Amino acid sequence: MKFMLMMHGTRKGWEALSSWSPAEFKAHVEFMKGFAAKLAAAGELVMAEGLDVPMNAKVVQAGKGGAALVNDGPFPETKEFLAGFWIVDVPSPERAVAIAAAASAAPGPGGKPIPIPIEIRQVMSAPPV
Amino acid sequence: MAASGSPEFEELLRDHAPRVLGALARRCGDFSAAEDALQEALLAAHVEWPAAGAPANPGGWLYRVGCRRLADAQESESARKRRESHVGEARAEARAAADSGEDALMEHDDTLLLFFTCCHPALTAHSATALTLRALGGLTTAEIARAFLVPEATMAQRISRAKQTIVDSGRSLALPAESERASRLESVMQILYLMFNEGHLGSSGPSLVRVELSSEAIRLARLLRAAQPADAEVAGLLALMLLSDARRPARTGPDGELVPLHEQDRARWDRAAIAEGTQLISTALERGAAGIYQLQAAIAALHDEAPSVAETDWPRVLALYRLLERATGNPMVSLNRIAAQAMVDGPTKALEALAELERDARIAGHFRIAVVRAHLLELAGERERAIREYRQAANGTANLPERSYLITKAARLEGTDTAGSA
Repeated sequence: MKFMLMMHGTRKGWEALSSWSPAEFKAHVEFMKGFAAKLAAAGELVMAEGLDVPMNAKVVQAGKGGAALVNDGPFPETKEFLAGFWIVDVPSPERAVAIAAAASAAPGPGGKPIPIPIEIRQVMSAPPV
Repeated sequence: MAASGSPEFEELLRDHAPRVLGALARRCGDFSAAEDALQEALLAAHVEWPAAGAPANPGGWLYRVGCRRLADAQESESARKRRESHVGEARAEARAAADSGEDALMEHDDTLLLFFTCCHPALTAHSATALTLRALGGLTTAEIARAFLVPEATMAQRISRAKQTIVDSGRSLALPAESERASRLESVMQILYLMFNEGHLGSSGPSLVRVELSSEAIRLARLLRAAQPADAEVAGLLALMLLSDARRPARTGPDGELVPLHEQDRARWDRAAIAEGTQLISTALERGAAGIYQLQAAIAALHDEAPSVAETDWPRVLALYRLLERATGNPMVSLNRIAAQAMVDGPTKALEALAELERDARIAGHFRIAVVRAHLLELAGERERAIREYRQAANGTANLPERSYLITKAARLEGTDTAGSA
């Protein structure tokens, strides 16, 4: 069964990122790289991507005649942003939870787990076995 | 692949590959080495057969070439590890086998050995399914990856991890002891049935490029039956697959939507598959105590033989579900029993039984309860409550066609379905 694991960041979290030391930032990136490599080696990774900062985001809606109406940034009231995601193909929901827990423990300032909230959603069309 | 074989060569190779692989694995005791040797033998066949024609004994040919490759591999290995004296002996033995050309070296037991290895209890069902399709189904890693809609690299890793798990489990590559055999055969049947259902239910995705997993599972069940002809449960499993698959043409509508059993156009069912499945299950049941696959096949046969829902032998279906319930203790079976009960005792009695089943913590809150309750309420004419249950059930499934079906059911009951078919 496939699951999407969504890593959420807060506005505060993004802003705080600039105050991380280079070593802290490097440790975090290394962790994420190693994490994806481990999932790949286990034959569980379908895909993983990190997203650009939400400040560069645009919201698009179809206007009259299908023309694109483009607004800068997510809605102002939005407090949480998608920072990145993994799609995994695993034998059980429990395994997806375990993977999310491991991802959540990615190191932040001082090398301590942040811990990042990870939302898990099953991908539709997986047969209900 | 460089050389493109004709379809008939491909088919011939796929038919022979599992037994050859099993025989090679038994000979060298190393599943991965055997697979490498088989791949090289298949490659050689692709190059030589189109020009020279297929040999009279394709299996024997592949086995001999595979043995030679094994011997060559062991030779280069031993160049590095001369200290191991038994390598020389094994090499000599492999050469002798390669040269003897005795086809008796390959037995049905080799297919079984391969089934037991690929459906090893140390593997998750997830990995075992992939490995079985690779080693016994003769599918390429790319084909298996497409079947499960994952990247090829992911599937390659999963398969190689599965092989490593088998090596790490420390069990030698040998047929399990007599005492263990029944439970190991059960694991094999379980994997094949999972594979079948994956194809059967997971009908989404770009079907043109998807390997038909249910057809693959049937093919493998035939292979298993050829290796275990006296086993009534294996026959039951194959019968169950054939009898369920027979309804496949009627299971989806023109837009790919799900059509449930009681709304299917029975004229579209595959009569040949029904005849074969019915014959298989009748013969198997004569042999005595029926296992869970035989019971399910017997139920499927009753549905397949009935000209309509009303003319189905519901009392017998119900009796078989009760037997199955006792044999498995599975609350999902109880749920099916309740659906059958509605056809015998009416929906009110069935709703009472459902309320009782819901006290079972293993199934409480499962969306299938809502599906059955919605159906029973609809039968009982309780429209409003049925609509609510269909909607609730729709939120519980991760299967897209199934969710669409449940939402549509609710919309039709409400009279808001614009498509408007009855």
